Amino acid sequence: MKELVIISGKGGTGKTSLAASFALLAPRPVVADCDVDAADLHLLLAPQIRERHEFRSGRQAVVRPEACTGCGICAEVCRFGAVQQREQTEEGAVYGIDPVACEGCGVCVHECPESAIDFPECVCGEWMLSDTRSGPMVHARLGIAAENSGKLVTTVRQQARCVAEQGRHDLIIVDGPPGIGCPVIASLTGASLVLVVTEPTVSGEHDLERVLQLARHFEVPAAVCVNKWDLNPDHAGRIEEMATETGAVPVGRVRYDREVTKAQVDVKTVVETDADAGQDVRQVWGRLVSLMEKG
Amino acid sequence: MILAIASGKGGTGKTTVTVNLARVMGSRVQVLDCDVEEPNAQLFLNGEPMRSRTVSVLVPEVDESLCDGCGDCARVCQFNAIVSFGTAPLVFPELCHGCGGCSRVCPKQAIGEVERRIGLVETYVAGDITLTQGTMDVGVAMAPPLIRAVKDAINDGAPAILDAPPGTSCPVITTLRGADCVVLVTEPTPFGLHDLTLAVDVVRDLGIPFGVVVNRAGVGDDRVHHFCRQQGIPLLLEIPDDRRIAEAYSRGRPAVDEFPEYRAGFAALWERAVDLAEGR
Amino acid sequence: MRIVFTTAGNDLEAALDPRFGRAPGFLLYDTEGGATQTLSNAEATASGHGAGIQAAQTVAGLKPDVLITGHCGPNAFRALQAAGIQICQTDARTVREALDAFTSGRLTPATEADKAGHWT
Repeated sequence: MKELVIISGKGGTGKTSLAASFALLAPRPVVADCDVDAADLHLLLAPQIRERHEFRSGRQAVVRPEACTGCGICAEVCRFGAVQQREQTEEGAVYGIDPVACEGCGVCVHECPESAIDFPECVCGEWMLSDTRSGPMVHARLGIAAENSGKLVTTVRQQARCVAEQGRHDLIIVDGPPGIGCPVIASLTGASLVLVVTEPTVSGEHDLERVLQLARHFEVPAAVCVNKWDLNPDHAGRIEEMATETGAVPVGRVRYDREVTKAQVDVKTVVETDADAGQDVRQVWGRLVSLMEKG
Repeated sequence: MILAIASGKGGTGKTTVTVNLARVMGSRVQVLDCDVEEPNAQLFLNGEPMRSRTVSVLVPEVDESLCDGCGDCARVCQFNAIVSFGTAPLVFPELCHGCGGCSRVCPKQAIGEVERRIGLVETYVAGDITLTQGTMDVGVAMAPPLIRAVKDAINDGAPAILDAPPGTSCPVITTLRGADCVVLVTEPTPFGLHDLTLAVDVVRDLGIPFGVVVNRAGVGDDRVHHFCRQQGIPLLLEIPDDRRIAEAYSRGRPAVDEFPEYRAGFAALWERAVDLAEGR
Repeated sequence: MRIVFTTAGNDLEAALDPRFGRAPGFLLYDTEGGATQTLSNAEATASGHGAGIQAAQTVAGLKPDVLITGHCGPNAFRALQAAGIQICQTDARTVREALDAFTSGRLTPATEADKAGHWT
């Protein structure tokens, strides 16, 4: 079973548009939307949700106000600025914990002399298993300001693996998040191939360098595709050279095409329309398939 | 005045809005690039480098001569960053959140803390603009401690503009906390609208006044405008889908420098953001 | 000698799972007497970072001498070494094949992790 993970470094380069097109071009893939902070793949693939599961991760500290004596030890020991004074009573202050800032470390829970702080597990999102016109899809939604997006990404990938194993699918296509932090790391580690989608701009090049470094750090082979390449052809060429120098494989370019947005509005992937960019996407897909066969 | 520029979706134009705003201010302004995973503002502002410092978090270090293998440290750790097999504990620094719990709980006072580097904070100056940029080391998982270090540079002397990372989770929250106003940048497409609704939920949860900037106006449809009207969210600026802007952007050139006709729009954006922050 | 195998199954005929950190479970086999015991690895499979470390803690509780699996990442490797457990890698497909390979001396203990760290 192969796993192709599509990331970008810089956001907005076209990961999701390409991932959706590949899902339609591949025979029987399982699709995983790992951009759990801002998931968009469902807007193109229109999933029918079959199962929903709670996502529990980490814990939150919660003060029981009636047990609080206002000693303030929790505020002293918290390193994340999460403890606040809530109110003043005749007996003194009562403390409370800002759930957005709480890191879930448990130090205040442990240090409170009155054992006045509870430490329940959080339900901070959900993951879903759905059907789409390209096949099964695993996706997720993280709760507002929830932490542990890396763990939710890991959960989505694991579930996609299970679905692939049970249904004997040979390929998982993962739509990854932007950046290089914890959710991206969780998306790409152990993948068969990572495709970095970039754009021919100074930002695109700068961010590509960092994300390729990340791929090397985790020993995942990388391919690069320059999207909207004709906005700056010279830059597109320089980017492909830089990629090759670092051991990544350029797999082609997709032109800037307003039809891509129109397809999005029509809930279609580019390869389901006659947009010119669709031809470019098919060529890129062909190169990716050869790369994955070799690897 | 602290203004944060965020979005939900990546690539909508946060950095574009940040650098163009800074360029039209005409007086001292601080720019804080909080997108520490992929900072880009310096590519457009071209500031002179002034200072650089490494940023570290505290991770445990065990004095094995004092340790009796009790394992309390491992039991208290929520992150699998310190484990014990009856002998001296093993530390996994990349998993450590720096809470200090293991050090506190050790009955033999055998656990101290040492610094582990996570990235750099660099300062650049371009005329009236002081840019503080955070750059996270590749391979580090957690951005918030570095973002907090970047925000430490905010001083009262001048207005501050924060370029936030994309998304809606912890790095964004860390950036937005304490801001007087948030500008959410979006594009008029289905992805843009969807991610905007997520970002709106976050900003409302944080209780910060906010408005929307629509970038690449004309490229998709009008559902974002409809959403803003329906929700009573002020639309602060529209930047048209102008290929010239995209090409200038690809070369690292802010729109207001190449096409001065855009200056007025960004100046008005600043005024409207100040009004929002002051409750008007 | 107490040997632990990574597997979803509960006897020697079960398939050997090639992963350690995210193995569904473990099977302990005692060469003296042939008794077996199984243990779930649910806690580690549910974690984000640190699955390998969690799995090592779970396995250490069984007090084995040797762990036999397909692959082992760097965090898990460090943790298992600290717990005094030898690690042997094999591409044997069942627990029985792996056991035979070990007892006939065809497996040698690993001196370092063979996989870069990863989270799934």
